[in-house]
Amino acid sequence: MMRRLFSEDFPESRWLSAALLLIAVLLALAPFLFAGAKAMSVAAKILIFILLVASYDLLLGYTGIVSFAHTMFFGIGAYGVAIASIRFGESWSALAVGLALALALSSLLSLSIGLFSLRVRAIFFAMITLAVASAFQTLASQLSDITGGEDGLTFKNPQWLSPSFEPFETAVLGLLIDGKALCYWLIYIVVAFMFFALLRIVNSPFGRVLQAIRENDFRAEALGYRTVVYRTLSNLLSALFATVAGALLAVWLRYVGPDTTLSFEIMLDVLLIVVIGGMGTLYGAVIGSALFVVAQHYLQDLLALAARALAGKPLLADLVNPDRWLLWLGLLFVLSVYYFPSGIVGRLRDARTKANKRVT
Amino acid sequence: MTVEVPIRSHDASTEAILPKAQFDLIPFILVLGLMGFAWLAIGSASSWLTLTVAGLTMGLIIFVIASGLTLVFGLMDVLNFGHGVFIALGAFVATSVMTYAGQAGMGGVVSLFIAMLIAMAAAAAVGWVFERLIIRPVYGLHLKQILITMGGMIIGEELIKLTWGPLQIALPLPEALRGSWLIAEAAIEKYRLLASIIGLLVFGALTLTLTRTKLGLLIRAGVQDRSMVEALGYRINRLFVAVFVAGSALAGLGGVLWGFYQQSVTAQIGTQVNVLIFIVIIIGGLGSTLGCFIGALLVGLMANYAGFLEPKIALFSNIAVMVAILLWRPQGLYPVSDR
Repeated sequence: MMRRLFSEDFPESRWLSAALLLIAVLLALAPFLFAGAKAMSVAAKILIFILLVASYDLLLGYTGIVSFAHTMFFGIGAYGVAIASIRFGESWSALAVGLALALALSSLLSLSIGLFSLRVRAIFFAMITLAVASAFQTLASQLSDITGGEDGLTFKNPQWLSPSFEPFETAVLGLLIDGKALCYWLIYIVVAFMFFALLRIVNSPFGRVLQAIRENDFRAEALGYRTVVYRTLSNLLSALFATVAGALLAVWLRYVGPDTTLSFEIMLDVLLIVVIGGMGTLYGAVIGSALFVVAQHYLQDLLALAARALAGKPLLADLVNPDRWLLWLGLLFVLSVYYFPSGIVGRLRDARTKANKRVT
Repeated sequence: MTVEVPIRSHDASTEAILPKAQFDLIPFILVLGLMGFAWLAIGSASSWLTLTVAGLTMGLIIFVIASGLTLVFGLMDVLNFGHGVFIALGAFVATSVMTYAGQAGMGGVVSLFIAMLIAMAAAAAVGWVFERLIIRPVYGLHLKQILITMGGMIIGEELIKLTWGPLQIALPLPEALRGSWLIAEAAIEKYRLLASIIGLLVFGALTLTLTRTKLGLLIRAGVQDRSMVEALGYRINRLFVAVFVAGSALAGLGGVLWGFYQQSVTAQIGTQVNVLIFIVIIIGGLGSTLGCFIGALLVGLMANYAGFLEPKIALFSNIAVMVAILLWRPQGLYPVSDR
């Protein structure tokens, strides 16, 4: 059973397993444990980023191609759900229609970008996705009749997921369960399901071919695998998972705007998480997202404290200014690409294999 | 590209054997065709002339920025996503120099040229450090190059914000360059004319260096076949550092030109221009200088025509050009062979 669930790709490190378990349990019980709205939104953001980053890892870590259009698909999912909910009124069917249309649009776009640019050289892909994504972002803010422009769209969820819905008269385990909590658990279940689906994909024969292409595309081609087809499929799959993640974000926030879904900053965040967590292992997405999102929300407060303490000294105070935290992340990113290309997860796994070698 | 070399006896001189390389004129005709088509679509001669001059100017500025990137890629197969940092650096250095010159009471066109020189020097110095720290350890690894140069871009952008502040800074033109001339009822801005002249000078200097000097010969040979040049005893790494530094300096110069063109500077300027220059070098063929030139002109013209005719589609005009050209020539207008 566990073997099937994890597709025989276990964390393979005691510390890693413990960390993963801790994250999974904490996230599952978040509505009981953390009362504040901020803590809940951090937890939901971690969940959504796990899916977004894991889907990106399929592309970057497993297939070895860099895309800068991942947030475009993320945004398509979010906008799809939002626009459908506004046009057809709030209902489950509106969510379903919105998601279906968004998935269709994402597959169309990712297939055409993939077939078009991967046909020539893989390195074109990075540049072309960058161009397409920036054009899409501008388009989304220009078409204000449909997308609400820079202001974005606010919409309502189906009754079950709205904060005023309270199925139980009394509190359960000290928590009055409302629609927001239900919405959170819906996201949790979807993300867990999708995560195991991704794990299944990367450990299937198809996933092995992707890894072969990452290691040596010429050789994979020589072995008879059509690398263009595999790369395009990988791109398609990762786009679809990102679309679902976007839809989840929209359902959680009941809002969608260019800054929350399409902006280049999110793309950079995803890149940073993948690299710091560990490329080529989906568990890296879990660890990386949890660390990153928590740091993003709480480390910045800490930096603000430090900045206040250092207010007298001009350069130092600027260096720890919370707005400059990307500087530190950038440094961490460059250092981890150099020294820990397999990220946190890779480090933990390496420690284990070394220990095993010493025993034998 | 295969060239049939007729087999002759050994004593014939080599020049007689090799047929002259054929120059591909079609891309030039494409640019002229685009201008002609726009003439028909716009109808009014004066607005056509204004737009064309504006488009060519924009194209020439983009060329100055993109030429370094395409050479670096061609020579060393390094795709530098951090190129935008040098553009931003150049523009920000220009704002400082202009303020300083203004305080010293030294306005006018002279301060603009001083700003260009200082910006080029600053960008070159930073480029040298960037090559050492960021790029040297990841030669030959495309994936890591993209990631690491992207990381360099993040750090650079943050450092710029740290130095100059995160807000937009105005970069007004010197008094003498404001305004425009009316030539045949078309408004030609003075600054654009100056920028075009600088762009053409850069193109001329680059072409001359690449085709008429030994250094240029080595660079072109390196683009064609790196290992062969190495085997002949030239230190291609040093050559590469020189090209990288020169490319960064050009990006700094382009940043100044672009900053004055936009009349304001933000830290995101690099990211924005990055998209444009990627489109340009893909259109031109990665590694080709002439292709980069034509691509830049196409993109500049297209952006201006489309912005005038149908502002809504202006966003996609550049991507549309790229798609059309790649469908026609998948390796770009002037493909660099052996890649």
